[in-house]
Amino acid sequence: MSEEIVSELMRAHVYRLASTGQRVDGRRLDEPRKVSVARSFVKTAEGSARVKLGNTDVLVGIKMSVGEPYPDTPNTGVLSTSVELIPMASPTFEAGPPRPDAIELARVVDRGIRESKMVNMERLCITPKEKVWILFIDIHVLDYDGNLFDACSYGAVAALSSTIAPAKGQGLGDDFPLPVEHWPVSVTTAKIKDLLLVDPSLDEERMADARLTVTTDENGDIRAMQKGLSGSFTYEEVKRIIETAQRVGRDIRPLLQSS
Amino acid sequence: MEDIEHIEKEMKLINSDGRRLDGRSFDELRPIRIEAGVLRRADGSAYIEWGGNKVLAAVYGPREAHPRHLQDPARALVQCRYNMAPFSVSDRKRPGPDRRSVEISKVISEAFSSVVFKEQFPRTSVDIFIEVLQADAGTRCAGLTAASVALADAGVPMRDLVTSCASGKIDDVVCLDLNKDEDNFGDADCPMAIVPRTGDVVLLQMDGHLTYDEFQKAMGLSIDATKRIYEMQRDALRRRYSVTLEDILKEAPPAAAPVEPEPEQPREDDFGPEGI
Repeated sequence: MSEEIVSELMRAHVYRLASTGQRVDGRRLDEPRKVSVARSFVKTAEGSARVKLGNTDVLVGIKMSVGEPYPDTPNTGVLSTSVELIPMASPTFEAGPPRPDAIELARVVDRGIRESKMVNMERLCITPKEKVWILFIDIHVLDYDGNLFDACSYGAVAALSSTIAPAKGQGLGDDFPLPVEHWPVSVTTAKIKDLLLVDPSLDEERMADARLTVTTDENGDIRAMQKGLSGSFTYEEVKRIIETAQRVGRDIRPLLQSS
Repeated sequence: MEDIEHIEKEMKLINSDGRRLDGRSFDELRPIRIEAGVLRRADGSAYIEWGGNKVLAAVYGPREAHPRHLQDPARALVQCRYNMAPFSVSDRKRPGPDRRSVEISKVISEAFSSVVFKEQFPRTSVDIFIEVLQADAGTRCAGLTAASVALADAGVPMRDLVTSCASGKIDDVVCLDLNKDEDNFGDADCPMAIVPRTGDVVLLQMDGHLTYDEFQKAMGLSIDATKRIYEMQRDALRRRYSVTLEDILKEAPPAAAPVEPEPEQPREDDFGPEGI
């Protein structure tokens, strides 16, 4: 619980540094932390990836099964995303049913993937109205050091791109890789007073007034956004954040694509 | 149904030359690799790969026990949460605790309760988290073995490490450390955990069918194996904490004092009217 508090000294230090364009860990204000991706980490999953964003560490596993489509989308597969903020990852996480922050996180990650049409879900239809593939994205947060929105999203994208559908085991022909057609990249910016910091670290995130996650595709088009926390952005700030998200997204995308 | 029984009967788990399906002999462990101190936020952590198992363990505490009514004024609580990731098994596991996980969490908590010096930390809890990322039978043993290293990594005072291993019976032969197929089609499984220095058994479970002789044989195999695993645990801790002269020299010049606040600034800046 005491972990939630950022000392006044640290607040003042982070802000003073940031107002001269610097950060505690030596980054520029618009510079994300290092992203590392390890694919196919879990053999029991149809696809998986362990992604580190700085010291934030997430493991994403994809499981697939066959089930019924929703009545309003009889020709498309089903996508389901869940995040577990397991108590291993932070002294502030507790066991139990997902709390609102975990639900928001899962839904924002889901939105980026769904809205970008990263996976062509229509090709995951087996028999219209009857049988479709169900795609479970299960995100396990292992070590929480800030900015789970982006870490989880990178993990999901990397895991999906390495997923092989287990068709043979279902008697549905040969196994096949998921039809991946687009590459969404989420970039989150935190606002501290009047300053904007890309990919906030844990301390930065905790003292942030507002947060904006922008997911762009390979054309730089915006596919999903989510504003969080009680502060606000000016329209000028929103535009700057989107431009930064496009640029940072271009840098990060190849890391998620390479296999 | 008859077909399945037929297949089970036909399924040979041990070859004519005494080798198991994965090529091991009856008293052979699967490959084990342990690494200490793998997570940043946790007070202590460890990662273990044991055959096809991949398990992470983390320790927090001793910290204030929560909820308060659980606090013991005389000693610390030792609480374990064993959890399987939904993607750790072939059929997706629904997230959250099921009855099996609750039971495993309980017996592991109890195993560690007997080695932690609880009296030194009244009203606190030592929280142990075990996450199974990939399962291949023997996850509780792997988790317990890793958690033990995580406890040491967290600096929690203990009588000794706890080391765990299972033995079972397949095709009427008592064998060490069953893998998933052997566990599914075998006749018995018997996980145990021991305090190697004293020989105290702190966890023991059994399911299936063993004669008393077979049980003793299984325990013999397990006890022998825990001696080897104990060395691997100690080795993981040595690798984490041994410091060479090169390490010291490499760390010598601090590149840039990371979180040093600038001391020269007037204090008003720190506690300004906006309450930065």
